[in-house]
Amino acid sequence: MDLSYTDEQQAFREEVRSWLEANAPAQALQSFDTELGFEQHREWEATLNKGRWGMVTWPEALGGRGCDLIEWLIFEEEYYKAGAPLRVNQNGIFLLGPTLMEYGTEEQKARILPKMANGEEVWAQGWSEPNAGSDMAAIRSTAKLEGDKYIINGQKTWSTRAVWADWCFGMFRTDPDSERHRGLTFILVPLDSPGITVRPIPQLDGLPGFAEIFFDNVEVSVDNRLGDEGAGWSVAMATAGFERGLMLRSPARFQETARRLVELYKENRESAETDPAVKEAVMRAYMDAESYCLTTYQTACRLNKGGKIGAESSTNKIFWSELDQNMHATAMSILGARAELLPHAPNAKGVGNWLDGWLFSQSGPIYAGTNEVQRNIIAERMLGMPRK
Amino acid sequence: MDFTFTEDQLLFQDSVRDFLVNEITPERIRASWESESGRDSALWSQLAELGLTGMTVPEAYGGLGMSELDFVLLAQECGYVALPEPLVHSALVAVPLLVDIGGELADQWLPKVATGEAKVVVGLEQNLLVEDAHVADLLLLQQGDSLVAATADAVSLIHNESVDPSRKLFAVSVAGEAVVVANGDQAQSLIQSSLDRGALGAAAQALGLAQRMIDLSVQYTSDRKQFGQAIGAFQAVKHHMANVAVCLEYAKAPVHRAAYSIACKESVASHAVSQAKLNACEAANLAAKNCIQVHGAMGYTWEVDLHIYMKKAWAMANSWGDAGFHKTRVANHIFTDGAALGAGATFA
Repeated sequence: MDLSYTDEQQAFREEVRSWLEANAPAQALQSFDTELGFEQHREWEATLNKGRWGMVTWPEALGGRGCDLIEWLIFEEEYYKAGAPLRVNQNGIFLLGPTLMEYGTEEQKARILPKMANGEEVWAQGWSEPNAGSDMAAIRSTAKLEGDKYIINGQKTWSTRAVWADWCFGMFRTDPDSERHRGLTFILVPLDSPGITVRPIPQLDGLPGFAEIFFDNVEVSVDNRLGDEGAGWSVAMATAGFERGLMLRSPARFQETARRLVELYKENRESAETDPAVKEAVMRAYMDAESYCLTTYQTACRLNKGGKIGAESSTNKIFWSELDQNMHATAMSILGARAELLPHAPNAKGVGNWLDGWLFSQSGPIYAGTNEVQRNIIAERMLGMPRK
Repeated sequence: MDFTFTEDQLLFQDSVRDFLVNEITPERIRASWESESGRDSALWSQLAELGLTGMTVPEAYGGLGMSELDFVLLAQECGYVALPEPLVHSALVAVPLLVDIGGELADQWLPKVATGEAKVVVGLEQNLLVEDAHVADLLLLQQGDSLVAATADAVSLIHNESVDPSRKLFAVSVAGEAVVVANGDQAQSLIQSSLDRGALGAAAQALGLAQRMIDLSVQYTSDRKQFGQAIGAFQAVKHHMANVAVCLEYAKAPVHRAAYSIACKESVASHAVSQAKLNACEAANLAAKNCIQVHGAMGYTWEVDLHIYMKKAWAMANSWGDAGFHKTRVANHIFTDGAALGAGATFA
């Protein structure tokens, strides 16, 4: 065990830091759930890609830097410290990208990955359906192979970024007689295809961060199938693996929130101390973010050395989503009567963007598999408790 | 950056676990409750033969010269079986303290500790009472601003019964001759590092205890049937256990970081240890709470083994600094102006 960074890792950190200092937007971008903000974030993706900082873990041939997980964590630390923009194409670069590299054909990789990398094509997810939420194997949207095309019918929902995205990826039932996990196929669909209707769904903050997608005899070339027909479930599970989860929510994000929470407490010490529970909650936020960081580093080091990830990775999503919720709840307590005010309200002095974070933190325990489903997975696969 | 244990460290952990699980059965622990001292000198000899009593004793004194980092995984295993013998106390607290004191005292006692011939315990005011004072040959005691050394014949002991029948606690007063080994700042610093090492030992044992309670409960809820099915198949029961698993999973790395911090004398050691202790004891306390619940009425009995581990977990939570003590240390760190917090600060 050696918990110091190597000279190369330090140099890498310096390189990230100085590039971000020179290139990260000085002014915060608009939310990527607005039309203007979406385009601003798309441009930022292009800037990142030009500096080869878009997907540092991708191979160099694809515009990445072939970084290992520790370098990835270092990159994220500098990225969040710099307050750089959230990643509008995270569904693409962190979730679909790695899956494409594993299951895609050479033609697909060459056609899709470069445009994903430079933000020219932003990706939405198409997993859930009205009757297939936590129970994803209940998917009913169909794809029927006719010649060299799939004809897609049905409906997807809660599709993050779908309002302005260019493509979506998801699972469709290709075998009409199949049930549950069998007979599903992973297909990539251009969102400008005839027969597609996207209906924005306003989130808690009123912005259309996700959408319903209706498919009415949508024709998609068979070239856009990822993996074999009927193998959709196993392809999709690769997308849900630990490393992907890590990339979506690295510890740096939460450590920065915890640091800001300590600052908020100090700025409002007098009112914050009227509730004795608040100080403990702030401390808890720091400690939990620290635990998340330490545990992630430990796992990353093990994986770097060829270790395998086990069912314990299911604990990850519960931990960070509840941490995020708790931290923002604490900030709301500290802000007291100001907590409900939108940032532009005349009396909203010093509220920062805590309210936005609080609203978003409500989604954490729900998306990417509800925490109840995660707890079932932990009990059954990690602890070995009986299914029936 | 390498946050992993070596193959050797992991192999040693495996072999110690095998030994302890085979030897320190719940039956043997129950038998020890019936004996007068509650301690088993034959077992201590076995531990010595395995090199465990001399693990952290420097090679010059006939030990293996290993560090806190080498020992932390073994301390977890001692927790897993709720080992009554003062092995963690000796290897993680008494031995390093003797090494730091050095001189004649170290020359005289360390070789005997390594062979298992002598036992040394440490009594700090933070602990109120001294554990295993009745089997100690030498006691290193905090007395106000001083640290003194007294042999068994120079102390008088008053036994205080613990809820955990395996724990033997004593009020110690020095009746005969005691040697002052350190005063003032030097004593303070020795006391501080002993407390940190003791807290690390308690944290590591708490991890093992939590795991043991999980294992017992998974077994019990898989066997026990109600409403025509194993109760472990009910989501309400599963989620109790999953909550423990999550809490425990995120307590491990902080404990390993604390062990590293102490072994490498990192400046963050004190609050790293405090965080580790808080995390691990929270996991063990949650394990105790949820595991007794899923055991139902059986969990409330003397007869079912759960309480062996549950009671030790409760005791660990308030040993070597209670939660209030450790929270204060973490709070002092994070609320100090200029404290390094946020992304990138953890290993800076």
